[in-house]
Amino acid sequence: MLIFALSRLLRAFITIALVVSFAFVALRLSGDPALEILSSDATPDAIAAFRSAWGLDDSIGVQFLRYAQAVFAGELGHSMRDGRDVLTVVAERIPVTLAITLPALMINIVIGIPAGVVAALNRNTPLDRILMAGAVAGFTVPSYVLGFGLVLIFSVWLGWLPSGGSQSWINAVLPVFTLGVGGAAILARYTRSAVLEVLTQSYVRTASAKGVPWRHVVERHVLPNAAIPTVTIIGLMVGHLVAGAVIVESIFSWPGIGRLLVGSVVSRDLAVVQGILLLVALTMVIANMAVDLLYGMLDPRTLSRRHK
Amino acid sequence: MSALTMSLASRASRRKRLRIPLLLKIAFAWVALLAIVALFANELAPFDYMAIDLRNRLAPPLGFGGSADHILGTDELGRDMASRLIYSIRMSIVIAFGATMIGAFFGTILGCLAAHFRGVIEAVILTLADFQAAMPFLILALSVLAFVGNSLTIFILLLGLHGWERYTRIARGLAIAATGQGYAGAVRQLGAHPVRVYTHHILPNIASTLIVSMTIAFPEIMLVESGLSFLGLGVQPPATSLGSMIGYGRDYLARAPWILMAPALVISLTALAVSIIGDGLRDHLDRSTGSHAS
Repeated sequence: MLIFALSRLLRAFITIALVVSFAFVALRLSGDPALEILSSDATPDAIAAFRSAWGLDDSIGVQFLRYAQAVFAGELGHSMRDGRDVLTVVAERIPVTLAITLPALMINIVIGIPAGVVAALNRNTPLDRILMAGAVAGFTVPSYVLGFGLVLIFSVWLGWLPSGGSQSWINAVLPVFTLGVGGAAILARYTRSAVLEVLTQSYVRTASAKGVPWRHVVERHVLPNAAIPTVTIIGLMVGHLVAGAVIVESIFSWPGIGRLLVGSVVSRDLAVVQGILLLVALTMVIANMAVDLLYGMLDPRTLSRRHK
Repeated sequence: MSALTMSLASRASRRKRLRIPLLLKIAFAWVALLAIVALFANELAPFDYMAIDLRNRLAPPLGFGGSADHILGTDELGRDMASRLIYSIRMSIVIAFGATMIGAFFGTILGCLAAHFRGVIEAVILTLADFQAAMPFLILALSVLAFVGNSLTIFILLLGLHGWERYTRIARGLAIAATGQGYAGAVRQLGAHPVRVYTHHILPNIASTLIVSMTIAFPEIMLVESGLSFLGLGVQPPATSLGSMIGYGRDYLARAPWILMAPALVISLTALAVSIIGDGLRDHLDRSTGSHAS
């Protein structure tokens, strides 16, 4: 267990280190932030002062070392736009994004898993076909198409729900739904195949052959075992939600991390972009580690196998 | 007796394999239609897609009060929507096709390198693959893109990074398995250069699996391209793509929903069609590899 946890920690560290280097190299080498922040008619003196103030004069290697040191000390620098601390700028957007991503994750799970289970237990019936057709439609329709479709129906034509903004919970209804549908569709597909896989196992046949009621077979044998591969997919959902939030926040003018990222990319606010990249990487690493631990708890075989 | 049932079964399965489901035919037809539109965009487009006609701004499509001049209506500058749609389809397909090819090419090479050298090189390549798989691609692409600039070549190269790790994993796994088989060893014993062994002997044997991954990657790349263009960070005006049409159409959602609807419909149907084709190919492949094994 200890070796397993340590190897996971090492991989997590490598991922974070790669994100830091990736962000640094991609963002720092490709343009001159001084010219971008200051207007093009800035005097050479002003540009030089800006450069030395932001440490842009040193060699790339020195800049990187200083950056990496600062990152691991929790010091992410200041936004180049308003000079505020990156940690503060990013942190104040986190609850705003969580307010739509967490309910969306709930939608993923509450719709996706039951739909997949029902489809698998009614394999090749019209119900299965309808559910799976819905799932295919759910993950092939891009979120901006779905989002604007919903705006058109519920805001423009019916006038029931606001098309954007973040004043109250009612503003969150359309973003949460738009964000949740795609993931629910993917989860339904995976759950269905996981349940179908378990249904072919001999212990399911044995249980029903010895007279256990079908309901009990499903509850005690099928669902717990089908949960194991499904948990892995929920880890994937987190990445899906993070990427989806960027688009969905832009559709509905929801002032979260996604909007901040797009705005910072447009204005080339390097420090904020790097801060967000790091936050996303941390989120992904934590989500993957949580999935691995959950996986180990649900299926003790994986832990003992890795020990050997 | 058993030989008879086996041959009957194999004949039945062959017949089943040849019968293409209706849905798959429709999906193929849709993709073929798009390919024709993309190839003959210049001939098919009724107007120049950049031609501005301010007297005909926001004209509705035919059947919704519009005229036959502009079948799909016009946008906020009076540009013909049908022509814009045709050129957008060409742009989106060219980008997705190019990026898919780039990803498959480099991903497969890296996979073969990992399988050939093993050791440190393999570990480095697999670590990079893990990293790529762990980060949401849209976030990575978004940050690189705005800083590198918006040239079309860079945009295609960047999207080529999408999903390379899948080809790498598949190619590595299959190449390691294939190396262990007799034919690769035999060719190597005859003195063939490793490059020849991979390109002439191993690659043809693993190509079908890689092609299926490409059909899965294609709509994904199209969606990422549209998403980035929708955010205003992908294809830049005056060039147009399906995503940027949606991005500009959003401001006129209430007054002129057709600006947004036509490209939205095309993207959704294309993603749907390619995913149906991908599923069909995978089923076909599973069945044929299954029959090999038995």
